Amino acid sequence: MANRSTPRPSLAALFLSFLTIGSTSFGGGLMGWIRRELVERRGWIDDQQFLVCYGLSQMVPGATNVNLSVIIGTQLRGVPGAVAALAGLLLVPLAILLTLGVFYFAAHDLPGARLINAGLAGAGAAAIGFNIATGLRLGQHNLRRIGPVLVAAAIIVGIGVLRIPLIEVLVVMLPVSLAVTLLERAR
Amino acid sequence: MTGTLLQIAAMFSVLSLLAFGGGAATLPDMQRQAVEVHRWITAREFLDMFALSRAIPPGSLIVVLIGQKAAGILGGLVALVAMFGPSSLLAYATVRLWHRAGAAAWRETLEQALAPVTIGLTIASGIALARSTEHDLAGYGVTAGTTLLLTLTRAHPLMVMGACAVLMMLVAG
Repeated sequence: MANRSTPRPSLAALFLSFLTIGSTSFGGGLMGWIRRELVERRGWIDDQQFLVCYGLSQMVPGATNVNLSVIIGTQLRGVPGAVAALAGLLLVPLAILLTLGVFYFAAHDLPGARLINAGLAGAGAAAIGFNIATGLRLGQHNLRRIGPVLVAAAIIVGIGVLRIPLIEVLVVMLPVSLAVTLLERAR
Repeated sequence: MTGTLLQIAAMFSVLSLLAFGGGAATLPDMQRQAVEVHRWITAREFLDMFALSRAIPPGSLIVVLIGQKAAGILGGLVALVAMFGPSSLLAYATVRLWHRAGAAAWRETLEQALAPVTIGLTIASGIALARSTEHDLAGYGVTAGTTLLLTLTRAHPLMVMGACAVLMMLVAG
């Protein structure tokens, strides 16, 4: 996995870069923060390498951003690099979340918690809207033919409406989608 | 206690490998198992945790809160390792394989085949969540409104979530 002529960062530098990324990307857009830090500021990978890493991180199951960190860490410094990247990314968010969790579990049964609960319900309903909007935007940009649109629609109905378990939907729809892709390419 | 930790580890390590298209795809299954099967949390708590964790990078740490509620901080850490461990190993194996000859021909086909699955799962999980988290009329209104707003404009998601939180507090107060 030789990198072109890019400098090889030390493990400490890699950890610190991902610590910065994990500490600044509150609210989303993590992929953008990773690119900004590693491509623009450090120059450890170029844009083309970044896009390959991003594509790979989407093909593998799991949180895309976490996969992206593992893949870039591996690319730069092998297994220790992946561990350094992951540890750096998660350290600050995890500390904050565990603290918030303690407060949440302690507070949400108290009588004064009605307002907090209402606020959380509002934020939660908006977060769901954010998820659906992300899917719609991706569809707008990536689904241009009828076959893939039908595959996506079948999954939406299967899980969203009929509430069929994820694994059953995937066992059927992954091969179907692959077949649709191969058929379209054969034409 | 050890039994609960094992349940947490088993549940999240399976979900880890099913999370095509990112963590959001597994949310409906995660909710069903945590709420209905294991009864660690209520549907209401699940939505609260979702809201709390959505804005904190990498956006999928809800698993930590579920584990924390079920079995304390240790439970949260077990959930974290179970959710990110298997998929990270797979990501590592994939990047190793990728740099060998012969992978290039499959790459585009796989990417094309996964795109509609990923997109379908993302939208489906949003719908499934809205239907199963005790949404009232106002909740559906907020979800529909933010879906439109965030699809059609470049509004900052964190700002929108904050505004909706304030709105619902005003309505409740």
